[in-house]
Amino acid sequence: MHSFYAVFKRELRSYFTTPVAYVFLVVFLFFSGYLTFKQGFFEIRQADMQVFFMNMPLLFVFLVPAVSMRLWSDERRIGSIELLLTLPITIIQAVLGKFFAAWLFLVIALALTFPMVITVSFLGDPDAGLIIMGYLGSVLMAGGFLAVGCFFSAVSKNQVISFVLSVVACAILIYIGMPTTLNYLSTFLPAGLVSAIGGMSLQSHFESIQKGVLEFNDISYFILLIIGWIAACSFMLDERKTS
Amino acid sequence: MISIDKLCRKFGSIVAIDGVSFDVGKGEVLGFLGPNGAGKSTLMKMLACFLKPDSGTATVCGHDILENPVEVRKSIGYLAENVPLYNEMTVGDFLNFVCDARGIKRNNRKQALDRIVPMCSIESVYHQTIETLSKGYKRRVGLAQTLIHDPDVLILDEPTDGLDPNQKHEVRGLINQMSKDKCIIVSTHILEEVDAVCSRAIIISKGKIQVDSTPEKLKAEYKCGLDEIFRKITRTKVV
Repeated sequence: MHSFYAVFKRELRSYFTTPVAYVFLVVFLFFSGYLTFKQGFFEIRQADMQVFFMNMPLLFVFLVPAVSMRLWSDERRIGSIELLLTLPITIIQAVLGKFFAAWLFLVIALALTFPMVITVSFLGDPDAGLIIMGYLGSVLMAGGFLAVGCFFSAVSKNQVISFVLSVVACAILIYIGMPTTLNYLSTFLPAGLVSAIGGMSLQSHFESIQKGVLEFNDISYFILLIIGWIAACSFMLDERKTS
Repeated sequence: MISIDKLCRKFGSIVAIDGVSFDVGKGEVLGFLGPNGAGKSTLMKMLACFLKPDSGTATVCGHDILENPVEVRKSIGYLAENVPLYNEMTVGDFLNFVCDARGIKRNNRKQALDRIVPMCSIESVYHQTIETLSKGYKRRVGLAQTLIHDPDVLILDEPTDGLDPNQKHEVRGLINQMSKDKCIIVSTHILEEVDAVCSRAIIISKGKIQVDSTPEKLKAEYKCGLDEIFRKITRTKVV
């Protein structure tokens, strides 16, 4: 446990000792606010944060890989992975330590959007449950994307390659569930397969949590997504750590 | 304390280590010699459980490197060849991280730091960021990391590479000082170092042990300096 905690603590601190955290926070907070007001937060005349959460998938597709890209590619490029994995730390402890540190960082970023909550509460009487579920969905989505990004950062020593591959993979997870994609797929695939593909999309699960309904299949989707990609990441690292 | 049994490791078609076996006991300082690419670092990485052997195994302090790698890592201090460190951290933060990872807590941590920081002469840079340090200081921080838990087994891959003559002398002094109750493997291609610190020398070339003897015996046998012995052995055996 202390090994996990050591990696976790070091990783979280390293976000704040380098400019990464501040650049990320400024960009994220600016765009999450800007897009909300741009897309008619006032015009809707509803005291809720639906517009705000609607933009989260798009923001996270680009920003979460920016957080995850350095996790392992940097360690491998500098060679510090040799230091890390000759300390009494197993690969899975190291992977989880880094993953949870990055996840907590994203949770902090989401928590810093609290002025949005204050604004909505000031303007009207919003449904607190909906807002909480919106945040929960966003946290889970961040975790899912982060697990994907973690895997791709173990794939390449080059951060740019890791970033691009993660963005593509995350975008596929989102866009596979868009009605336009599904309509197109249904022109040549059987209906059962199309709905199965739609069910694999992160978008539909995120939306269903955001509506305020916490269903077992949505939660288990995110948990499986995270476990699967994290396991793949550990496997990849074990194979590639020395190359 | 270290027992190596027929270790083999290939990289593609290149055989890096080819059936190497030897034992090292407490109080021994083993100088590990060989030309570049002989397999020195590969063997050390396998002992530190960073690299898995293709076949064969080794035990360190009674723990098998394949079955119990975490226990092995607890009992060794390993200094990698190019001394990888976390450059954005300060020396103090970095050593605290290593203590965290090794489970050295509160009073023990204070004692360990009080012991190691003067020992490696890094007091003056304790609050400095690692990336601003000179090569010599970085190596000393690496050495501090290796020694912080007072391990029984030390594996040092070219510990004096890139140090100035004074620092080299200090590091050798440090190794001599610790040699009595530890088991130390030092790889080097500076042959005077073998004379200065090692009680035993192994020369490997092309992944195989060519010579396993003491520096004194070697000199008596070949009737020349270590430099010449090294050239004779590695050249004739390779060609």
